Amino acid sequence: MKKYFFRIKRFDPEKDSSPQWKEFTVEMEPTERALDGLIKIKETIDGSLTFRKSCAHGICGSCAMKINGKNGLVCQTIIKDMPDTITLEPLQAFPVIKDLVVDMDPFFSKNELVLPYLINNEPPPERERIQSPEDQGKILQSITCVMCGSCTSSCPSYWTDKKYLGPSALLKAYRFIFDTRDRATDERLKRIITHHGLWRCHSIYNCVEVCPKEIDITSHISKLKRMAVRKL
Amino acid sequence: MTHYFDTVIIGSGLAGLRAAIEASKYGSVAVLTKLYPTRSHSTAAQGGISAALENEEPDSPEWHFYDTTKGGDFLGDQDAIEVMCEDAIRTIIELEHLGVPFSRTPEGKIAQRRFGGHTRDFGAAPVRRACYSADRTGHAIMFALFEQSELHGVHFFPEFHVLDIVVKNGKCIGVITIEIKSGEIHTFNARATLVASGGYGKVFKTTSNAFASTGDCLSILFNTGLPLEDMEFFQFHPTGLYGLGILITEGARGEGGILINGKNERFMEKYAPTIKDLAPRDMVSRAIMTEIREGRGIDGKDYVYLDLRAVDKKIIEERLPEITTFCKIYIGIDPSDAPIPVLPTAHYAMGGIPTDIDGKVLKDEKGSVVEGLFAAGECACVSVHGANRLGCNSLLDTVVFGRRAGIAIGKSLKDTEKQDISKNTVDKVINNIDGLLNAQGKEKTATLRSELQTIMMDKCSVFRNEADMEGLVKEITIIKERSKRLGIKDRGKKFNTDLLESIELGHLINVGEVIALSALQRRESRGSHYREDFPIRDDENWLKHTFAFKTERGVEFRYKPVTITRFKPEERKY
Repeated sequence: MKKYFFRIKRFDPEKDSSPQWKEFTVEMEPTERALDGLIKIKETIDGSLTFRKSCAHGICGSCAMKINGKNGLVCQTIIKDMPDTITLEPLQAFPVIKDLVVDMDPFFSKNELVLPYLINNEPPPERERIQSPEDQGKILQSITCVMCGSCTSSCPSYWTDKKYLGPSALLKAYRFIFDTRDRATDERLKRIITHHGLWRCHSIYNCVEVCPKEIDITSHISKLKRMAVRKL
Repeated sequence: MTHYFDTVIIGSGLAGLRAAIEASKYGSVAVLTKLYPTRSHSTAAQGGISAALENEEPDSPEWHFYDTTKGGDFLGDQDAIEVMCEDAIRTIIELEHLGVPFSRTPEGKIAQRRFGGHTRDFGAAPVRRACYSADRTGHAIMFALFEQSELHGVHFFPEFHVLDIVVKNGKCIGVITIEIKSGEIHTFNARATLVASGGYGKVFKTTSNAFASTGDCLSILFNTGLPLEDMEFFQFHPTGLYGLGILITEGARGEGGILINGKNERFMEKYAPTIKDLAPRDMVSRAIMTEIREGRGIDGKDYVYLDLRAVDKKIIEERLPEITTFCKIYIGIDPSDAPIPVLPTAHYAMGGIPTDIDGKVLKDEKGSVVEGLFAAGECACVSVHGANRLGCNSLLDTVVFGRRAGIAIGKSLKDTEKQDISKNTVDKVINNIDGLLNAQGKEKTATLRSELQTIMMDKCSVFRNEADMEGLVKEITIIKERSKRLGIKDRGKKFNTDLLESIELGHLINVGEVIALSALQRRESRGSHYREDFPIRDDENWLKHTFAFKTERGVEFRYKPVTITRFKPEERKY
């Protein structure tokens, strides 16, 4: 067991007018997760500490926050890889509800604009639609997205333009545009090349740096840009 | 605030979403979830979904039917199992058409791999029946169904926590919830209510389940006097990451991984000579625990190894990327180079809310149904999994019976009058919440929860016996008493997780007690329920489903016969 210091940016909407930093000290095994630290604080020091959690192994996307200045999932952050002081803040650029919990509605609602579902009005075959492993390979990274919001929250273009679709929604557009079974490429492209769409991405690569699933989001967006130039 | 919908669905996992798509063809649908929809625990399902597609080798729904029946130690209802296995192929093709990105064979068909207990020719050898999307199958299906639900105009209410399911005069009329963000009470009046709230693995200390899997809805229905079926049957997955319980898919063994003990022996050869490491989960978990008890854990400690070192690196990279990442992040090893330390982890509830094959909730062992109330997925007990579920059958169960429930709901709507939940009923719920919020007791939610989880794990997991479980029941009674004297720190209205966890604790205790009492009364060993004091399966006395009821005299048991249509119970050997 070793002592770790947590600096946490807290905000109680019913009491505070602005966020405040609070510090906690907990004893932890170095192999534990930052999430375990939060739970320990909540269980033993302050039951009012508020954060989201669910699967605790990086597949549900609930516990994204800013960890020592960089977005990520606290359930995938092992304490021994961190300095002795762990600083936690809510995801930037989304409205804070309480402590480390932000309103994810603005994030999820962006998806709806890119028609996030397979569209194919041809009569379906009796069995599966054939797709080669190579063709599936094109969407392989994009389907691993857990929609945690780390990318969009880290994007400077999103900070300045809240109407911008953001990396996550563009990745979702990619996932369907490059799915050989889908037939709505043109319509989706039209939707993402709007004023607040594709061209707002300036290839800053913050999204790539923070993605907990290690998706090379910017290169996916670049492929969309190339396709848009070619097709439209 | 009051809402009106034709159908209200609790839970946005695979069962809830598949039902929502179907029910939306007949009327308005609301899906309530205490998380965001894509966060539901179905997303954590890794290895695959079963169907005799024959894309890789000969297979048949009849073999699937046999394997599922035998895997469940002959407790599953065979009419329901047949429905599921016969519908499997259509279900997978439909999912593919809806956009699920399944992994592919070189010819571009849906790829399939081996999984525990799935065999050809009635047990002759393992068969490739698991359709998968690498080791993120649940995640892949989840997103496709969520996206399709949105396309179908389903209304989502994310982060709404269910406080009560209102059953009045034998009829379900809706749901009372708290909107987590605001702390406001929202009432949903509905013609039909579907419970698709998932599992309750959090009743045990070591589990693959998410924090959200606390059995709220089962506990709520049980409190209204409705029965819970076969609660003694809880599956422990053999390969949880040691110390954490994070699931390492059975697909790892399907791709050639083997289990080894401290003497470097492939011990499953002893326990299941024909299919070895691909035996059903209950048998593998017992084998691991036996090896450990007899001193053959790794270095004499309480774990064994899952060894993937002989599996082609390319296969691990392509088909098992997610578990590879888990191993690297959480224990700092690469499974291509080092064996993975594993131990059984609480994984799946075979028991739950009894339903018929159309998701209608049963109010007794005779088959009478509750009007307006449906259940599907892990929270339900149809029962297709009997005493032990086969891997890949849970995803199939959610989609097949989610769809069937959605259709049954659609057909029921026109005959059902809408009825408003009374102000009295809502006020009672609000009073309970206020009571908890202002409680000044000395007991802490986290302490009681942890005590409960520890004793459930110690006394009611892979091996069970009367003395331990009698002690367990007494301890649970004490925890229950203490839980009446809770004090919580957060007295705020908005996003009060302190409050919600305290409500969940009540449900966990309730569910834990039913599991313990059900396990105590079943004096035989069958599937996942292994009694050291009654180690033999006893078909003469116990080939029947347990129905637990909450009464004024305490929990009482009644029984329902098992439906046997095709396969007579036989000795279970692999």
